Amino acid sequence: MDVTIIAETTADDLHPVTSQLVGAAIAIGGTPTVLCPGGTGAATAASIKGVAKVIGVEGDCFGTFDSSAWAAALNPLASDGVILAASAPSGREVAAQIAAMRGIPILQDAIGLEAGITVTRSIYSGKAIETVTVSAPCALTVRPNAFEAAGDGGNADVSTVNQSSDVGVAVREAIAKASERLDVAEADIIISGGRGMGDPSNFAHLYEVADVIGAAVGASRAAVDTWGEIPHSMQVGQTGKTVNPSLYIAVGISGAIQHLAGMRSSKFIVAINKDPDAPIFGVADYGIVSTWEEALPVLKEELSSLLSN
Amino acid sequence: MAFPCLVTIAVLLKQVPDTTAKISVSGGRVDESAVSKWSMSPYDEYALEAALQLKEAGGGDIIAITCGPARASKMLTDAAAVGADTLIHIQDNGVTDSTHVQSLLAAAVKKSGSDVVLCGKQAADTNGGSTGPGVSYLIGAACVGMVSEVSAEGDGFVALRASPTGNERVAVSRPCLFTFDKGTTELRRPNVRGIMMAKKKQAETVTPEDLGVTIGASSVSLQSHLPPPVKPPGQKFDGADSVATVVAKLRDEANVI
Ligand SMILES: Cc1cc2nc3c(=O)[nH]c(=O)nc-3n(C[C@H](O)[C@H](O)[C@H](O)COP(=O)(O)OP(=O)(O)OC[C@H]3O[C@@H](n4cnc5c(N)ncnc54)[C@H](O)[C@@H]3O)c2cc1C
Ligand SMILES: Nc1ncnc2c1ncn2[C@@H]1O[C@H](COP(=O)(O)O)[C@@H](O)[C@H]1O
Repeated sequence: MDVTIIAETTADDLHPVTSQLVGAAIAIGGTPTVLCPGGTGAATAASIKGVAKVIGVEGDCFGTFDSSAWAAALNPLASDGVILAASAPSGREVAAQIAAMRGIPILQDAIGLEAGITVTRSIYSGKAIETVTVSAPCALTVRPNAFEAAGDGGNADVSTVNQSSDVGVAVREAIAKASERLDVAEADIIISGGRGMGDPSNFAHLYEVADVIGAAVGASRAAVDTWGEIPHSMQVGQTGKTVNPSLYIAVGISGAIQHLAGMRSSKFIVAINKDPDAPIFGVADYGIVSTWEEALPVLKEELSSLLSN
Repeated sequence: MAFPCLVTIAVLLKQVPDTTAKISVSGGRVDESAVSKWSMSPYDEYALEAALQLKEAGGGDIIAITCGPARASKMLTDAAAVGADTLIHIQDNGVTDSTHVQSLLAAAVKKSGSDVVLCGKQAADTNGGSTGPGVSYLIGAACVGMVSEVSAEGDGFVALRASPTGNERVAVSRPCLFTFDKGTTELRRPNVRGIMMAKKKQAETVTPEDLGVTIGASSVSLQSHLPPPVKPPGQKFDGADSVATVVAKLRDEANVI
């Protein structure tokens, strides 16, 4: 079965999730061709193990994100089987557009895939898991970190095709993120603060721990809504980002259902909260009943000494 | 007239279990009859709010469109209470395939004559995010996703959308569709007058046949719903002294650092 992967790219290379897409394609018994929008990361894609073919799709339209234009340019190069993309903002939109162009069903944000094709997804904000079957042709997007990356050692053929389409969206102004820090949606370790941090300036303590372990800093909605200094881009939860890290550390967060919706599928959860009855302890693998004032300095200390050994 | 072209603004609204409602699964299916409260999907509330602000700034009529069972009419009434002018209720006979919902909504938008559409980036039940981009293709509109603000400018619009490096202000002309992220403004609540007016407002009910849409077979078939996997109960420790123990466990038991 042909699987066409729409590569997820960064400014100048492949996003690591693309290698997980190759892993997912192989899991459903597919032979993956990788399309690289704008030609970005084509050489990296060719080195992923299991990739059959790479097509760098070059065109003016790839200078601006316009899902309609990207889909129109990529669609003619995709084969008839399965279209696979990352469950990231651009991947989701482009895959949905291609599915609509082809009149084929799309299932977004798969957390499991088996040959057949059986798709597992999280629905109702993580309160239930759905299993559906679908047959090719179809489009699927898969959640980052849900699949094992395919590894390198591949040596696929790379070709370049010029293909563009009319862009309907004009960027007037780019407004940079408040910080150059790691984004929660991409991080493998996240430490998040809630209203219990008392004051936005106390997030500095979270950043100190984050710097030790290379974590991203996230926040609850109460923290974002209460303090203008904490941007919405840091919010984890139902109306923020859905994250899937190996380790999620919740500090001064009560654990409201809408917060859990965004983080409960984290592999390991640590909670630091002074209230022993806080609901967050219900999902935590390791709960520490303490104030952050007492716990965070020790946490930083312990992690530093562990990692320096 | 400042904005001669702002005639109708379509908003796509979906009714979903309220985020606080418990979801129970029995016999491999989510039991919808056990849902205690149904609400407008959270991002759709921001789409509706943005539509109301566009209307306030430049005039025009807001058409609220939903596709769903009879219970969804309550949500349309809620939309009318804050200012939606026309309500369209597409009767749903249990569509599960993304392509079907999109065809129905796109047909209703076309029928409304609207060339600007606002919807949520993702519905809280399906966690999909396909409807907006799909509908935009079907109606031949430009699609701007993950928007938190939109305002009219000349004959087109300027929107603030999320980008990998922060935010971007983008310009787009009609026809166009915006999918909403959480907005930056407070959502308005209906006042008494709005609620009274809304009670009198009738939704127009349409069937797929009325819209000229035939719902074909689907290759998507639901196998099961399951409750989320229960994690083994966690371990709880008292006091900051336990931090060292937890860090050791993160290394030795969990292998995450
Ligand atoms: C439609 C909708 C969508 C929502 N979406 C989201 C979302 O995306 N993300 C989200 O997070 N929320 C969301 N919410 C809000 C959610 O319901 C909660 O209000 C919010 O998560 C609470 O944030 P919090 O835990 O930081 O604050 P609180 O509930 O106020 O909890 C603060 C916690 O800090 C603890 N604490 C206080 N002082 C200390 C101290 N010194 N040391 C240690 N612990 C301390 C307290 O014991 C308490 O448990 C949504 C709500 C709705 C209705
Ligand atoms: N049945 C529906 N009726 C009206 N609007 C819908 C429906 N399904 C989806 N939408 C709109 O499309 C958005 C994305 O939905 P989804 O693709 O299911 O995540 C929602 O937030 C709504 O704005």
